[in-house]
Order: sequence, then C-alpha cells, then structure tokens
Amino acid sequence: MPVITYREALNQALAEELERDPRVFLMGEEVGQFNGAYKVSEGLLAKFGPKRIIDTPISEAGFIGLGVGASMLGLRPVIELMFWSFYSVAFDQILNNAANVRYMSGGQINCPIVIRGPANGGTNVGATHSHTPENVCANHPGVKVVVPATAYDAKGLLKAAIRDNDPVMFMENTILYNDKMEVPSEEYLIPLGKADVKREGKDLTIIAHGRSVIQSLKAAEVLQEKHNISVEVVDLRSIRPLDEAAILASVRKTHRALLVEENKPFCGVDAQIAYLIQDKAFDDLDAPVKRVSAIDAPQIYSSPLEKEQLPTPQRILDAALGVCR
Amino acid sequence: MSNPSADTQRDSAASPHISPFVNAPVNKVLKPSQKIDLYRLMMRIRRFEERSLRAYQAGKIGGFLHLYIGQEAVAVGCCSMMGKDDHVITAYRDHGHAIAVGMDTKALMAELYGKATGCSKGKGGSMHYFAPHLNFWGGHGIVGGQIPLGTGLAFAVKYLERKGAAMAFMGDGAVNQGAVHEAFNLAALWNLPVVFVIENNRYSMGTSQERSSAGHTLAERAAGYSMAWDVCNGHDVYEVREKADKFLTLAREQNKPSVLEIDTYRYRGHSVADPDKTYRSKTEIEEYQRTKDPLNLFRSCLEAEGVLTTEIIEKIDAEARAEADLATEFAEASPYPTVEDITKDIYWEEDNPSHKTSQGTIIFE
Repeated sequence: MPVITYREALNQALAEELERDPRVFLMGEEVGQFNGAYKVSEGLLAKFGPKRIIDTPISEAGFIGLGVGASMLGLRPVIELMFWSFYSVAFDQILNNAANVRYMSGGQINCPIVIRGPANGGTNVGATHSHTPENVCANHPGVKVVVPATAYDAKGLLKAAIRDNDPVMFMENTILYNDKMEVPSEEYLIPLGKADVKREGKDLTIIAHGRSVIQSLKAAEVLQEKHNISVEVVDLRSIRPLDEAAILASVRKTHRALLVEENKPFCGVDAQIAYLIQDKAFDDLDAPVKRVSAIDAPQIYSSPLEKEQLPTPQRILDAALGVCR
Repeated sequence: MSNPSADTQRDSAASPHISPFVNAPVNKVLKPSQKIDLYRLMMRIRRFEERSLRAYQAGKIGGFLHLYIGQEAVAVGCCSMMGKDDHVITAYRDHGHAIAVGMDTKALMAELYGKATGCSKGKGGSMHYFAPHLNFWGGHGIVGGQIPLGTGLAFAVKYLERKGAAMAFMGDGAVNQGAVHEAFNLAALWNLPVVFVIENNRYSMGTSQERSSAGHTLAERAAGYSMAWDVCNGHDVYEVREKADKFLTLAREQNKPSVLEIDTYRYRGHSVADPDKTYRSKTEIEEYQRTKDPLNLFRSCLEAEGVLTTEIIEKIDAEARAEADLATEFAEASPYPTVEDITKDIYWEEDNPSHKTSQGTIIFE
C-alpha cells in the first residue's frame, strides 16, 4: 500500500471527486496557479483547468457566499480557506446563509458545499491565524463539522464530505500535512459521524479530535510503558454528527474518561462530550471526567510557550494520571 | 392614509399619464391582456400588503413586517422580464418579488402567521420566502448578505452553460456593506451574468441616503468595477421593464454584470414597528403618493392606451381584495407546525433517510 502524506491524501480525494463529478469545483485563494498556499491543490489546475480550479481574490465573504449560491443551484463547490481563521470575515455567509437556508425555506433548498482548510494553532503565527472554530461551527444546526487526524481519514472523509448534500465544514491541520501513512490507492469513503478507535485499551478512554489524537497516542504509549496504564484513544473524526455510541461504549469499558482538544476550554467541543458522558454513562464512571484543552488565552505568538499552550503529550499524561489515581 | 385604498383611488381630474417608455420594444410587444396582467400583479401585491398590515395590527402576526407598498412596479417590472433560466434573490422586503414570480398568496400569508401551510412551513417568516421551483431564492434577512448568493446563482448559470441571468435585489442601505462590494468585484472580474438591482427607496431604515452613502448616485459605484450601470424611475413599470431587459440581455448574451439603481419609495415605515415620523415628513409621503404612485400612473397610462376600463379596474381591485381576504382566511384556518417539526428541514440527509450515508447524532438534546 502506498505511503503518502496527509496533504497528498487530500489532494487525491479532491482529484478523484473532481474526476467523478463535473459539478465539483475547487475555489479559493492561491489554489490554482500558485498550486495551493499549503500545496494541497498541487497539480489540480493543470489537470482540471481554470473552470474547475478557480483562483479568487482575497475576498472570503464574496467567494464563500458565491459558493453557497452556486450550491443552491446544484453545483458542488469545495471552497478552500487558506486558514480557517479567516472564516470570521465570512461568518454571515457560512453560519447565516449556508447553515440556515434549508431551514428557512422549509426544506426546499440544500447546500452541498464543503468549506475546507487548516484550523490549528502551534505554528507561531499569533492569535489571528490560530483559531480552531469546530465548536463555533458545530453550535449551528444545519452544518456538519469534520476534523480528520490522519491521512487515511482525511482522504475518506473529504470524499464523503464532497458527496454530502449538506454544508460540511472540513478542518485540517498544517502540522499534520506532512504526516505519512499507508493509504489505499483504491477508492474508499469514511462515513461522517463515525468515530475510530485509534488505540485499544482497558483502563482509560481518551477522547480527542484533530491533532490532539496524535498527541494523545503519544501520551498513551508512555502511560503504557512507564505506568502500566492501558489507554483507549477514541478519535471522533466528526464533531457533528457525533458518534455518541462509540464514546459511550469506550467509557463503559474503561470507566474513566479524559477529553483532549485544541479548542479553548470554555464552550469547547469537550464541554458537550463531558455532558454526554455524565448524562448517559454516569453510573459507569469510576472517576470524574477531566479535560485537557488549549490554555485559555488568545493564541500566544512565542513559539516555546505556544507549544505549551496546546495539549502536549506531557499535559495529557499528567491529566491521565490524575483521572487514574 | 387611514383608508388603505385611498392611495389608489382615481383622480378623474388628473391629466392622463403616458409613460415615455410605452413604445419601448419590450412594452410595445405586449398584448392588452398582458398589460392588464402587469397591472393586476401590482394591485395584488398592494392588496396583499394592506391585508397583512391589518393582520399585524390585529395582533394576528408578529415579528417584522417590511411592506412593499409604493415599490410594486420594481418587482413586477423586473420579474416580468425573466426567462426560464433567470433567477431572483432579494432581501427581507420580499413579498412583492414573491408575488411577482408567481407564489401563491395563501402560502405567503400563512407564512406570516407562522403556520405549517406557509411557503416555508412557518420556519422562515416574512423575511424568508423561498420558491426555488419558480427560480426565487429568497428572502434574506441580513442587509447585503444575499448579494454574494445571487452572484453564485449567476456563477452556476454560467458554469452549467445555461443562457440565463440572476437578478440580485438589494435596498439602498445594502450598498455600504462589504459583502456587496466583494460580490461586485467577483461578478465583474469573472464576467458573471448578474444584474444587481438597487431598490432605492431613499431610506435605509431611518437614515436617508444623504446621511448614509457617499457619492452622487449609488449605481455609479459600479464604475469602480468597470460594470455597466444605470438609474431608473421605479414608479413607471414600463421603464423598469425596459431597463431591466437591457441589463438582463447584457448578462445573458455577453455574461456582463451590471448595476441598476431603481428610484422608488416606500409608503410605510422600514417595518411596521417603525413610527415613521422621526426622519421624513408626512408631506413628503403624500407628495410621492399624489404624483408618483406606480399603480395610479400605470392605470392612467393603460386608460390612455385604451386597455383599461373602469369596469376592469374595479373588477381587478375587487378580485385582489378578495384574494387577500381568502389568503387570510386560509392562514387563520391553518394549523401551526408541531414541536416535532422544529427539528425537521435542518439537514437534507435527515429529511431523506433512505439516502443517508452518515452516522451518529446530528440533532442534540
């Protein structure tokens, strides 16, 4: 099986879906001639031409709104945000128009649009470029939110997202773009709303999404080796829809839960997960649910401190030991 | 003004108004019956709006009610030029456009009442009428927010290689929103078949154009994007048709966007909750009604053309009133949506379970 990067996996997903469906097009800043600010769209302009791979001005509200309008008429736009952080200038288009138009029309309209790009901190670029808005987006009924942690998931989920008839917010991670793994060359889809147990264990469940999954797996290894604690890592993959069954099944098995995410803690995704666990698995718990989130401040610029601000394997390990005490 | 029909009562002493656009090709080809249809459409809008105002005043409907009274010739004139691949999107003052594209007034009134039989099943309200089967894409509540969507409709028309255009309506207040200018730029940059229609009723809520918008005309902002633009009298349905046709043709034939500013006037407040006394005078309103009421002018013109008779005029008015009453009766007799209905029509996939591919929980308790 070929070993490819997360970036290449996304590129393959785009190419396959562009090939499959002429209604699919990719639009965004620098996606064409520049080959993508992060090279996710490398080679696509040469292969599919300027009708399908469209360079935009720096004008997120304009071209995202345009994508929403085009999707209402049956096209299937994939809109690249150079950084998800820039969604805020298009907030009305995404979370008023794309999210609400089906509802407000009494179900007459749907918006098969995918908005994708990196949503992460940890790259030394300061607060404006380091937002992780999966919680904000998932707070809006009408949109779906997907956060892949691995190359395999990125490809299967992006293909599923492009075929989905509802608006999908697809959040990648620049730090993961170079991560490599085996990815099948044959076609596969990963259903939205299906979590994945990335590591099996029996003593503690860590629930995470995005790069926090990778950090949690690192912590889990140390917990096994040095502390003889067997950790199960559940990768949510989708935030909305949410695989509640997978979360509850794992918690019922290990009786302890640690929630890890790069979101800020207040009203983060894990606030919802913690509520779910206490509501549906309270009697299964042997210890209170704990969380590791980004330290609650705008993203700091200073590189060594920013690394600490995000969930690190060490912070995850310390919290895990607390839950297992 | 206390009698809602006073503004359209005939003044037999007035000299006939002949539109200077009566012989424009798009008007000259109209059969008498088609001209009467245009007049009827304008009258149906006015009577619907008056009836909805009475329902609001009686406490039967709530929320915001942005009435189209005074602006009827704009929506009717523009929408009468639509072909099968032309599309319309507008802002929250959307009742006129909805009726002009052919929506059923029963469903429109029921929507105001928040009833399950409403055009959006009671989920959208006054500001959010939709009829995609009539190429009408709303009905949008945020000033200027619909303009990128309308540009996207035009993008899709061109992408799908159809010969059509989108008309994206906005009010005069919308021209100061960033999303509008982003859309102007994209439309001009990519040669999209869109006509941006500014319905200039002089006031963005209670703020006059002079107090809100720099420059002389609003449409001339198009020049910054090298787009064609024009200004049009919105009280003359024939002129509206002529100007709309010019830019729709430019869009359909040459994929060229344009900005058409149509001067008009609303007789009622921004919404009916607007006391309407702080920013304009009663005299100003009365002057417009007396000299430029679009229904009066068109009726006068059609009488001079020998198309309309007193008998037909009265019949049209009576039918329009009856239709509005019928719509109200329908709305009042209709059921409200159920609590279960609140969580439907959110996701296509949930509404089409046999095609569902995703898993997990998507509606949360």
